[in-house]
Amino acid sequence: MSDASINTQAPEGEASFGDYFALLKPRVMSLVVFTAMVGLLAAPVPVHPMIAFCAILFIAVGGGASGALNMWWDADIDSIMSRTAKRPIPSGKVTGDEAFAIGMTLSVFAVVMLGLAANWLAAGLLAFTIFFYVVIYTMWLKRWTPQNIVIGGAAGAFPPVVGWAAATGGVSIESVLMFTLIFMWTPPHFWALCLFMKSDYKDAGVPMLHVTHGRRATRNHILVYTLLLAAIAIGMAFTGVGGPIYLAIALVLNALFVFGAVAIWRRSEEASEADNHKRERSFFALSLLYLFLHFGAILAEATLKPYGLGGW
Amino acid sequence: MSFREDHDLHKRRFGRNLGVALTLAAFIFIVFGLTYVKVTRGDFEPVNARIEN
Repeated sequence: MSDASINTQAPEGEASFGDYFALLKPRVMSLVVFTAMVGLLAAPVPVHPMIAFCAILFIAVGGGASGALNMWWDADIDSIMSRTAKRPIPSGKVTGDEAFAIGMTLSVFAVVMLGLAANWLAAGLLAFTIFFYVVIYTMWLKRWTPQNIVIGGAAGAFPPVVGWAAATGGVSIESVLMFTLIFMWTPPHFWALCLFMKSDYKDAGVPMLHVTHGRRATRNHILVYTLLLAAIAIGMAFTGVGGPIYLAIALVLNALFVFGAVAIWRRSEEASEADNHKRERSFFALSLLYLFLHFGAILAEATLKPYGLGGW
Repeated sequence: MSFREDHDLHKRRFGRNLGVALTLAAFIFIVFGLTYVKVTRGDFEPVNARIEN
């Protein structure tokens, strides 16, 4: 064989390791890691650090695997939306078949390893989370109903339940409340995003609420869900995972969040367009901080409890 | 015999291979650590092997 027979032309779409890693949606994975970690550490059962580390790692891998399967299925609409057009499949760096193979392999791997590292209830819940995100949300709800984000939000709400189950081997009212917090937080978070990324979903034919029912209905929904969320978030302060630190943080954050939702609800489309959706953008940014600080407060309560400071 | 400078393709493939190698090495370390913890805690001992006091 001569040198002349070797093709040294780098294909445009030749993937790097980072492109394969991007299939796992690292930003979403960071939320999964954080909430699963809080669920695991807030549980009233001590867990060996190595087992805790492995459990969180395999939950993260499972979350990443579902992200790869989501990108495999949604490659057609990802290429239409500007926010997702640079993802590895639409940009041509990774093929759909590769994403499917990576997603399926990592899903099985994560579930089996979590079962071996922690327990099989946690593994079963992780398997159900992946199934729910890929089949129920991505394949079924996302392109079918404007309530896609409401029901589909359950998938993102499972990690603390899985973390709690990895520690305790069970499901309890505290882990269900952590699930409810993320479940109720997801719709206002995404609908705020929709209000300033308005053409993307419409172009892709995804029936988001603002596309099917209009922007006024979306603003109304944001307010209603935010009020319900505030009641749940503040109520959590009086459960086993709450305490004075959590209550103080929850009161401040929920006051700000409700204030933001009311401001969005009162706005006209003209006013929103005039300042390039400033209120909606700041509400979206606040929503990220909101979830991080609520779970941070739960973690603080759990961390301080052994010293007689956390909890009631 | 002469060596030509690495093409961009080789660099990207090297990065990819290195990433896979490091991931596998990390996995070996994790499984070893997990096994060590489980064995030293007695997770794999048969129930009837435990001495009741």
